[in-house]
Amino acid sequence: MYKILEAKELAANIFYMVVEAGRVAKACRPGQFVIVRTDAKAERIPLTICDYDPEKGTVTIVFQIVGAGTQMMAELKAGDAFCDFVGPLGCPSEFVEEDLEVLKKKKMLFVAGGVGTAPVYPQVKWLHERGIEADVIVGAKTKDLLILEEEMKEVSGNLYVTTDDGSYGRSGMVTQTITDLVQDGKHYDVCVAIGPMIMMKFVCKLTKELEIPTIVSLNPIMVDGTGMCGACRVTVGGKVKFACVDGPEFDGHLVNFDEAMQRQQLYKTAEGRAFLKAKEGDTHHGGCGNCGGDK
Amino acid sequence: MDVLKKVPVREQEAKVRAANFEEVCLGYNKEEAMEEAARCINCKNAQCIKGCPVSINIPGFIEKVKEGDVEGAYQVISEASALPAVCGRVCPQESQCEGKCIRGIKGEPVSIGKLERFVADWAGENGMKPQGAEKKNGKKVAVIGSGPAGLTCAGDLAKMGYEVTIFEALHEPGGVLVYGIPEFRLPKEKVVAKEIENVKSLGVTIETNVVVGKSVTIDELLGEEGFDAVFIGSGAGLPKFMGIPGEQANGVFSANEYLTRSNLMKAFDETSNTPIMRGKKVAVVGGGNVAMDAARTALRLGAEVHIVYRRSEEELPARVEEVHHAKEEGIIFDLLTNPVEVLEDEKGWVCGIRCIRMELGEPDESGRRRPVEVPGSEFVIDVDTVIMSLGTSPNPLISSTTEGLEVNKWKCIVADEEFGKTSKEGVYAGGDAVTGAATVILAMGAGRAGAKGIDEYLNNKRSRASHDSLL
Ligand SMILES: Cc1cc2nc3c(=O)[nH]c(=O)nc-3n(C[C@H](O)[C@H](O)[C@H](O)COP(=O)(O)OP(=O)(O)OC[C@H]3O[C@@H](n4cnc5c(N)ncnc54)[C@H](O)[C@@H]3O)c2cc1C
Ligand SMILES: Cc1cc2nc3c(=O)[nH]c(=O)nc-3n(C[C@H](O)[C@H](O)[C@H](O)COP(=O)(O)OP(=O)(O)OC[C@H]3O[C@@H](n4cnc5c(N)ncnc54)[C@H](O)[C@@H]3O)c2cc1C
Ligand code: SF4
Ligand code: SF4
Ligand code: FES
Repeated sequence: MYKILEAKELAANIFYMVVEAGRVAKACRPGQFVIVRTDAKAERIPLTICDYDPEKGTVTIVFQIVGAGTQMMAELKAGDAFCDFVGPLGCPSEFVEEDLEVLKKKKMLFVAGGVGTAPVYPQVKWLHERGIEADVIVGAKTKDLLILEEEMKEVSGNLYVTTDDGSYGRSGMVTQTITDLVQDGKHYDVCVAIGPMIMMKFVCKLTKELEIPTIVSLNPIMVDGTGMCGACRVTVGGKVKFACVDGPEFDGHLVNFDEAMQRQQLYKTAEGRAFLKAKEGDTHHGGCGNCGGDK
Repeated sequence: MDVLKKVPVREQEAKVRAANFEEVCLGYNKEEAMEEAARCINCKNAQCIKGCPVSINIPGFIEKVKEGDVEGAYQVISEASALPAVCGRVCPQESQCEGKCIRGIKGEPVSIGKLERFVADWAGENGMKPQGAEKKNGKKVAVIGSGPAGLTCAGDLAKMGYEVTIFEALHEPGGVLVYGIPEFRLPKEKVVAKEIENVKSLGVTIETNVVVGKSVTIDELLGEEGFDAVFIGSGAGLPKFMGIPGEQANGVFSANEYLTRSNLMKAFDETSNTPIMRGKKVAVVGGGNVAMDAARTALRLGAEVHIVYRRSEEELPARVEEVHHAKEEGIIFDLLTNPVEVLEDEKGWVCGIRCIRMELGEPDESGRRRPVEVPGSEFVIDVDTVIMSLGTSPNPLISSTTEGLEVNKWKCIVADEEFGKTSKEGVYAGGDAVTGAATVILAMGAGRAGAKGIDEYLNNKRSRASHDSLL
């Protein structure tokens, strides 16, 4: 069992948990992920590592409720435990292995959208600890959904917050902020964008025009996370890659986003039903036709 | 009774079982087993033993069954095999032990597999357990993977007195026995869980959720974690796809994914949270055991199922019993047929598979006649789900993170057959990770060889060390 030491709700439906997982904490690096299971009947849920402390043997995760699995996770409190917590999985971010002197000369821009702020955090922190200050754009739908602002401020060079509805910080999508910064004369050698697939798609479209090489972190549906099942396959540069072992980070300008988004819909109806069932218990019998299920 | 025929084994009726996940074959009871055992003529120069990869003393154990001494029979089998309840169910007997049986020349061979299964199940039900070591020898061995190779290696080493820890990547031990082979062929609670309990009862520790190469490396296991040797039994690896257009469409799965969702994650059970696609018409591409298992799983989930295989029935690599069962259950075999394209609708979901007819030409390197396309014979099977079962290629997680571990041109780990020795000192390997996808019994045999190799290595090391300290 993997004990939860701390649990809190960062924003509506977005949760933060510190979990005891010695092996993962010791071995992990920015960019990698874990797979979590709440109990013997639960799904295997992949989540990016948001922070880690090898000394204390802890790993921090941040997740958003989207379906039955994440709903079950959200019900756990400090003192409870996950029955499974495996990792680190996937490859670390490329820059972790780069020569530090070369890296120091690069100007990096991180673009985080929604819960994507969580996986961006350890990367920016890693750079900060090595004396590299990266610029960060954090985008949220609205002020109440903004997470980790203080934490991010401490480790980033310039932090630009933007909300879609203009309720806080700048106004508009992250792509608007990128455009503004570049127009103001900022130059970036690399961009790292993590967030909803649709956001990453549009960031890549823009950075391609701006000729800024861009790394994205993909989150396809996964099962084992070790390369055994092929569920996580994505097309990058015309080649089929398994995100769990070849990624999750890829050259964003080569990713086929439309296909990846389409593949994410695979279990939408089946899972939507599982979610409703979990939420409404036996009162959900289907038949409404709305969930596309049993009529 | 006709001595030329096997005593028939009771099975769930095809119509009934096609709608449930219970075991298909119900096995012999004691009377039936004794009757079948009586068909063995106890050959002096028993050919059947030569057909068994681990050389079980087949006439020896059958003789005991004949006498009604099932416990005695279990002891004879245990000398050579650690997983008889599994092998009795899943070995391709027709090409191994039973394929060599003298009785098979004129009539049907002795039903060796079913007898082995009977003995093993009886032993399990009567609480017989393998004997552990009297005392520990103070040496630690790490075993990677808990499939048949890893379990056997761990069990054997524990019996010799080693302190053994198995590291397993998934949340449940058993390897293909839990995530690949379905319940209706190999019951998880009754058979697999029991075998794993047996290994644990010998004092073996199983640590799940550890991906060696990611959570910890082999060098760390041999270094700071203090293991004296490592056995790699990490299995076959990454599923292959055909590389045809449309393969990324929604509704195309690897057999590994489909079976893992159903077996390991219990997606067939309504109370499980893991979804699986319950297609209406399913095409399974391939002709091996894995393809049969995927097809029969899809059938049980309510689909009409086609097996699409490019060679003819004769070349089907699956066990004969599985093909027979699949047909009885109503699986449609589209043989000498090869897919050329998966068709998708405007939303990206599978809506058919375009195939081409094949005919057999000249034999290829494998000795099998090479299938060649019949020009102009393309046609479409309309399906909503396609399951690719084309075999696997090795997983690089371990080889890429272990310096000095040699792999061959197919990226399989290189290890000798007799002792499982690899190119790296203290590291042994066996099973599918070395041979590529093979069989349970071969993996088990390789686990056994690895245990022998490790024991020898550590004994030599000890005597070398004491020799050195005398100098
Ligand atoms: C490598 C990786 C890292 C991830 N990191 C994080 C993270 O740090 N924080 C976080 O909140 N989420 C993260 N995700 C996404 C997270 O795993 C999914 O949200 C989760 O599995 C959904 O599980 P569920 O049972 O609650 O939802 P389900 O009931 O399974 O699904 C609900 C809905 O979400 C969709 N969905 C299912 N799986 C995914 C998926 N993998 N990605 C996107 N949509 C999906 C379904 O189509 C459905 O519409 C990551 C995914 C991957 C693959
Ligand atoms: C669907 C299916 C049906 C089959 N039917 C038959 C049959 O009827 N008869 C027959 O004889 N054979 C059959 N086989 C083949 C047989 O199951 C395999 O040959 C056998 O299981 C191989 O055993 P193994 O111990 O080498 O590997 P596996 O059983 O594959 O076990 C390997 C284990 O190692 C774990 N692992 C992998 N990498 C790591 C890592 N880095 N760190 C930690 N753990 C790791 C895996 O999770 C797995 O649990 C079938 C296979 C499949 C897939
Ligand atoms: S282990 Fe397999 S090959 Fe050997 S006797 Fe048993 S069924 Fe036959
Ligand atoms: S070859 Fe057949 S008849 Fe002869 S000992 Fe073996 S099982 Fe018995
Ligand atoms: S999640 Fe199974 S291969 Fe990537």
